Amino acid sequence: MRVLVCVKRVPAVAGRLTLTEDERALDTKYVGFQVGPHEECAVEEAVRLVEAHGGEAVVLTLGPAEAVEQLREAMAIGAARAIHLVTGGEEWDAESTAGAITDAIREDEAANGAFDVILVGNEAADSGGYQVGVRIGRALGRPVVTGIKGLSVADGTARCEQEAGGGRDVYEVRTPAVVAVLEGINLPRYPSVPGRIRAKSKPVATSSPSRPAQRLEMRRLVVPVTEAKQAQVLGRGAEAAPAVVELLASVGVL
Amino acid sequence: MATVLVLVPTADGAPDKVALQTLTLGAQLAAGGDVHALVLSDDAVAAGLGAWGATSVHVAKHPALDTPAPDAAARVLGDLADSLGAAFVVGPGTEEGNTILARTAARVGLPFAANCVAVTPGSPVTVTRSRWGGSLLEEAAIHADRAVLTLAAHVIEAVQTGGSAPVEAFTPRLDDADLAVRVVGRVPAPAGGVSLSDARVVVSGGRGAGSAEGFAPIVELASLLGAAVGCSRAVTIAGWRPHTEQVGQTGTKIAPELYVAAGISGATQHLAGAKGAKRILAINKDPEAPIMTAADYAVIGDMAEVVPAISAEIRRRRGA
Repeated sequence: MRVLVCVKRVPAVAGRLTLTEDERALDTKYVGFQVGPHEECAVEEAVRLVEAHGGEAVVLTLGPAEAVEQLREAMAIGAARAIHLVTGGEEWDAESTAGAITDAIREDEAANGAFDVILVGNEAADSGGYQVGVRIGRALGRPVVTGIKGLSVADGTARCEQEAGGGRDVYEVRTPAVVAVLEGINLPRYPSVPGRIRAKSKPVATSSPSRPAQRLEMRRLVVPVTEAKQAQVLGRGAEAAPAVVELLASVGVL
Repeated sequence: MATVLVLVPTADGAPDKVALQTLTLGAQLAAGGDVHALVLSDDAVAAGLGAWGATSVHVAKHPALDTPAPDAAARVLGDLADSLGAAFVVGPGTEEGNTILARTAARVGLPFAANCVAVTPGSPVTVTRSRWGGSLLEEAAIHADRAVLTLAAHVIEAVQTGGSAPVEAFTPRLDDADLAVRVVGRVPAPAGGVSLSDARVVVSGGRGAGSAEGFAPIVELASLLGAAVGCSRAVTIAGWRPHTEQVGQTGTKIAPELYVAAGISGATQHLAGAKGAKRILAINKDPEAPIMTAADYAVIGDMAEVVPAISAEIRRRRGA
């Protein structure tokens, strides 16, 4: 089985968000980078599919030169090789991202055969566009299922589970297919030290696609004003319990 | 004046709440023009949409639309937008709405703006949209003749206009390719338990619980209050609790009357899922934790002492 997983390098935001001076990006002077949670799970799922069925997992990103770090992380977990579409660091909208990825998939498949499954995160952690996987599938003429928290592939069919109303809806699509996954589909492993060492020598194919005119053109970012609350302290330690229960009663949830 | 087409998904014979908010947005964008609502299959819902701002309701009747089939829904929406000449095609910023509208845009090569919080008509149409689960906003321009977008959940209130709208049923054209992705079965919900997204009270634990066993007091308090159990992402990554209990940007967005967050520092990713809570009670050793600037009430202390003490106090009061 051949599996492709697409990831995006995003800042590891934790506390307050601050912007660069031109208000077009997050200030990342003091933060690290990672792939988003959905994509972390997508990488794990790709590796599990290949562990179960044999074959090859390939990881792809469109991002700045530094995004090779995220490709190495995926290869440390088990991806065999990487495709890096190198950008100048400026943001690409979802439509142009999907276009460049689709071109790269076509090129790789022409040489190596079709990917049975293309995995993407359901939405990017930062830009939250909800569409790159849909556009790739549409362009390649393959079924796309989104919001997936359970996946199994057998006999040319991908069985995909989506949470709905407490239970799960089940989709079955023919492969090759595109599956957009959510965090929770699995519990990703941590890369091992030998895995990290092996990843250093795995191949990364690079190319530099040109960035088309942006039709969803980001003009600036804004940190929403939220009123910082001053929490009313009900007490310290176990002695606060009566005051808490008083609160529960007054709110009507006791 | 503009022609607007709004997708109104339904569940259990009622319109999606966010879709009603989307109708209100649709009426604003139409500015006196037509507000068309598209309903898939569900006649019962269609009749009531005039009261929420629709001036015309279209019901697509096709057996394939009785269960989720996102490509089929996207085709019906796109074809109807073509025949109406809609300038705006909008839907709710839910999983369902986002996937259908993304497909509608992808079919005909239009840009798609997910989870907008504000939309300004013009040439180009400009939007403010949600990033990082609402922790950051983006101002963007849509360079296309037709603006395809979704409205982020619960950023505007659905307004009843008291109007009425004619309902017209039609049979859409669908090909096999439109039906390749559709629901073929269902795994039922496990019995018991309180749904996290609908719970009136959520009791969550974070890294401060220390271990899977450290969650016992959280589960006990939740059960006393008939509350749902939640947790932070650190907890699901550690494998202490299942992902279905995660509150956050990549977990469940909650909107309870009261959110009890114990041993949770309050990272951006967590607060993105908790901002729908009416009141937050934080229980934390660290009075400087970020959760304190989001909380209404606080107890400073170790959750392993505070949470059992609250449960004991509830029992004492109930016993009395």
